[in-house]
Amino acid sequence: MSDKPYVARSTMIAARALGNETMVMSATDSTLFTLDEVATVIWEAADGATPLEEIVREKVCGQYDVPLEVALKDAQTLVEQLAGHGLLLLSDRPIVQSSGSPQVNP
Amino acid sequence: MPGVTTARQSSSVVVEIGGLPIALHCDNPAFTRLVKERYTGYVGNSRQAAFDFDIEVGSPSENSGDEDVSVKWNSGCWLMERGDFRAEFNPATARGRIQQTVNPYSLDSVLRIVHTLLLARKGGFLIHASSAIRNGRAFLFPGVSGAGKTTIARLAPPDAALLTDEISYVIPQDGAYFAVGTPFFGELAHVGQNLRSPIECVYLLAKGPENKIEPVARAEAVRGLLANILFFARDPEFVKLVFDAAFDFAGRVPIRRLTFVPDARVWELIR
Repeated sequence: MSDKPYVARSTMIAARALGNETMVMSATDSTLFTLDEVATVIWEAADGATPLEEIVREKVCGQYDVPLEVALKDAQTLVEQLAGHGLLLLSDRPIVQSSGSPQVNP
Repeated sequence: MPGVTTARQSSSVVVEIGGLPIALHCDNPAFTRLVKERYTGYVGNSRQAAFDFDIEVGSPSENSGDEDVSVKWNSGCWLMERGDFRAEFNPATARGRIQQTVNPYSLDSVLRIVHTLLLARKGGFLIHASSAIRNGRAFLFPGVSGAGKTTIARLAPPDAALLTDEISYVIPQDGAYFAVGTPFFGELAHVGQNLRSPIECVYLLAKGPENKIEPVARAEAVRGLLANILFFARDPEFVKLVFDAAFDFAGRVPIRRLTFVPDARVWELIR
């Protein structure tokens, strides 16, 4: 289990869903990422308030026939990759999205 | 107490690309002449330019123009910098300043950036693509370096008006997207014709053993566009504007894949 279970979409991106995919562009370096169907489910649920494990249990395992342990491991790898590119924020506490920079609740 | 003031004579030229007149003022008449020659076909007569830039020509920098360009929004101004130029531009006052080497291609880069920034607000963009008008309709051929932009332009028949072999100018107008000629050229070293036409189709280029046109899925079409659109500014608002423009464009204009062999017969498919 990650020590940073909360995930939120960065405000430094542009994103659009297209079919089952989502295209995300980093505003810091204009790199384009394409999220597949499962990654899109996680991306859309990354509201900063719902822990990743809950997202995976409810949204991924609820729709796809995959064990929680496997799905959670894959999801953690995914969110860490996206966080590494600045597309997602990870925190050990809920993340409040304001119009400016995202804030972590005290 | 009487005094003496000296004033250096400033010369000006208006460069009008995409219908946007930009006045360039410089106290170096030789450089102004160079600019007039460089932008032949795009030198406007507008007495009132939409934007004014003062150019200060300095000694060549030790840095080359090969460095990455930096474009930042700071305190109401766009700041643009590369080894061979430094420029700032205030959209509110419609004025800017450029410090650059005598090389007119440094000015080319500044103008590309300025047009990219201004077009974003209008829902348009600049894209790495050759483009041409045939039968009153424009065709775009986006591609990275080596994809065949210049090749397809070089193969164009006499009845095709070449808009550019390198950087195409896309602007929405009356519910359609138009391609506009630019003076920004690539290997062809030829200024595009200063014309505009509604865009009929975009062809993502691929080289292959035969000429053929194939449909592409919308996601692939958008990826093909975004991979070639010019994004200079590291600014979230700007990136979102251009990103949204690409999606809107892909929803309105047919985008296909054109596989071609490098001979003139490919243009039999492009009408």
